Amino acid sequence: MTQVAQGGEGAAAGFASAATRRKPRLRKRLNVQSVLGTTPMIATAVGVFIICIIFSIIWSFTNSKLFPNFNFIGWAQYQRLWSTDRWIISVQNVAVFGVLSIVGGMVFGYLLAVFMDQRIKQEDLFRSIFLYPFAMSLVVTGLVWQWMFDPNLGIQSAVRQMGWTSFEFAPLVKQETALYGVVLGGLWNGVGVTMAIMLAGLRGVDSEIWKAAKVDGIPTWKTYLFVVLPMMRGAIATAFILQCTGVVRVFDIVIAMTQGGPGVSTQMPAIYVIQHITDRVNVGQGMAAATMMLLPVMVLIGLQYLVRWNANRRAGRA
Amino acid sequence: MKSVVSVVAVVAAALLGSTAVRAADVEVIHWWTSGGEQAAVSVFAREFDALGDDKWVDTAIAGGENARSATLQRILGGDPPGAAQFNPGRQYEELIAGGMLLDLTDLATTENWAGIVRPASISEACLVDGHWWCVPVNIHSWNWAWASIPAFEKAGVALPNSFDEFLASAPKLKEAGIIPFAIGGESWQINGAFGVVQTSLLGIEKREKILKDKDIELAKAEMPAVFAKWREFSQYTDEGSANRNWNDTTNLVVTDQAALQIMGDWARGEFGVAGEKPGVDYACLALPADHPTVTTGGDIFLFPKQSDPAVEAAQLKMASMMINPQVQALFNNAKGSMPVRDDVDMSLADDCMKRGLEIIGSEANIAIDAGRWLSNDTTGQFNDLSAQFWADASMTVDDAVAKYVEILQNAD
Repeated sequence: MTQVAQGGEGAAAGFASAATRRKPRLRKRLNVQSVLGTTPMIATAVGVFIICIIFSIIWSFTNSKLFPNFNFIGWAQYQRLWSTDRWIISVQNVAVFGVLSIVGGMVFGYLLAVFMDQRIKQEDLFRSIFLYPFAMSLVVTGLVWQWMFDPNLGIQSAVRQMGWTSFEFAPLVKQETALYGVVLGGLWNGVGVTMAIMLAGLRGVDSEIWKAAKVDGIPTWKTYLFVVLPMMRGAIATAFILQCTGVVRVFDIVIAMTQGGPGVSTQMPAIYVIQHITDRVNVGQGMAAATMMLLPVMVLIGLQYLVRWNANRRAGRA
Repeated sequence: MKSVVSVVAVVAAALLGSTAVRAADVEVIHWWTSGGEQAAVSVFAREFDALGDDKWVDTAIAGGENARSATLQRILGGDPPGAAQFNPGRQYEELIAGGMLLDLTDLATTENWAGIVRPASISEACLVDGHWWCVPVNIHSWNWAWASIPAFEKAGVALPNSFDEFLASAPKLKEAGIIPFAIGGESWQINGAFGVVQTSLLGIEKREKILKDKDIELAKAEMPAVFAKWREFSQYTDEGSANRNWNDTTNLVVTDQAALQIMGDWARGEFGVAGEKPGVDYACLALPADHPTVTTGGDIFLFPKQSDPAVEAAQLKMASMMINPQVQALFNNAKGSMPVRDDVDMSLADDCMKRGLEIIGSEANIAIDAGRWLSNDTTGQFNDLSAQFWADASMTVDDAVAKYVEILQNAD
């Protein structure tokens, strides 16, 4: 790899002198360069993503156990999947978890960013504090939150020891509330990043806008909400997509906080997939679940293409 | 002069050694991480290292599921460990079929494993189609309940002789500020204890008909009572049970905060480490109370095929060491399990283990471990169901039975 890179640099230096003389030829040879440079990436993308995805889908129609095989059994894995309580609960959970943690993350992230934007002293310190949880593994975060929520060790017992003996706060022990406990842990971990992105977005807004808003007598909160917020579409989209990927692959925080319990009430699709292809030695079932997880992503990508294609067509007409 | 001779001798020995069989490192994956388990596994490590220059390289991975997953993935990925722990049964059937394990038949024939390992159902887990594929190291039975004698005394109730007696005294225990029924919320713990209740209510024969022969009609007729009884237990646990380890749960009984735990005999190791005495500090209740049986659970070690002959030689040495009568005595005393052979000096055994050995003496008292009949996949589905039923009071007994029957019908 290094040799190729060095050769590339040397050749590129050669072009620089040639560039002034023969432009068309330069463009052609640069293409070869870029193809050469991106080949490993293309190979990885095709190999890891496309081929693996295709095999996952193929194996989801087989009765593969430990070793993947090609004994096709039709839709049986999918039928079993969608008649399994645990999978259906997992899908509902990831939806609830997704909506709550994305909405919560965006709202709190933006509020924190606005707070940081008030030219406070020690901004660096606060920024580090808010961003710090993200630097920690979700397993560590999850474990700490599990302890805090533990009725015998955590917040509940601390408050009770202070004298309020009927105080109850142990969301993880009841199946009705456990998922919200996990959302809280996840929010704490992820909100700092959203804040950082939003803050960058806020700082990117032209100060002239603020002056104009002041002149027009628009209250500060209205300016933040109706003027500045729509102007930072890029930052919002970035934060949103980052959070979405976090939701689809949510795994470690649940394992650390509840192991999917009590019962199966905080199970997630990713846990189902991983457990089936490892300890439960049912690769076919795991692949069927993995394929179902891919589906919403494919739909989103499809929608995006549709929108873009539609926009292009309109642009073409105009 | 003397020193020169000895140096020459050492060098010569080293050279000879290297031309013969080199010392090898054998990596062993297991999930023995609690206090009692650590004490037991270090017996193996110490004894193996004492055999020669080969080294036991310990890879302990917390949680059976995680450890087994790691082993399977590493074998599939072409980087197999030297030895790995599994539970006897169907967990490794595809490894045998795929020819990924070292065949131990020659060693087993020389040492007459088939003759010494008892009962026969223990060796069946390793002896497949006339070949030995693994070493059974112990017998663990799920059919035990562990009771804190001081806890029962504090509440002023007698030790129970049946589940119904226990359930009747549970409210009094609760009033006395004791957790009547200790259980951890992990699904394998819930399903394991559920299995004990199932054996107790159905007896060995009906249980075998349901789990082995997949008798659907019998399951429909008998399982409602089991689920109903199991629901009764669920009101007597504490709110900290969600996501609690088995050994932390046992510790509640050790420290007299909880009255009773249904857990396999590996729990005995925890009482031992804490210095508790059977009959004084804790009682081991053999289940089912009216006709105690033992399940043939436990642990086996299998030895994935290696390319290096030195490692293979060390693997065979390790296999032989594990089943050696003296090692069996030391190991099983620390572990709380029963040895897989009869000719072991168990003078160190405490009352609980003696009780277990007494029960296992008769073939009629042996309940085959469900893992022999059910694949990991099916066991996993049962785990999910038991845990869901346990935690979700809105799930009716009829719903649960319907799910149970469905899993049984689709079991492979």
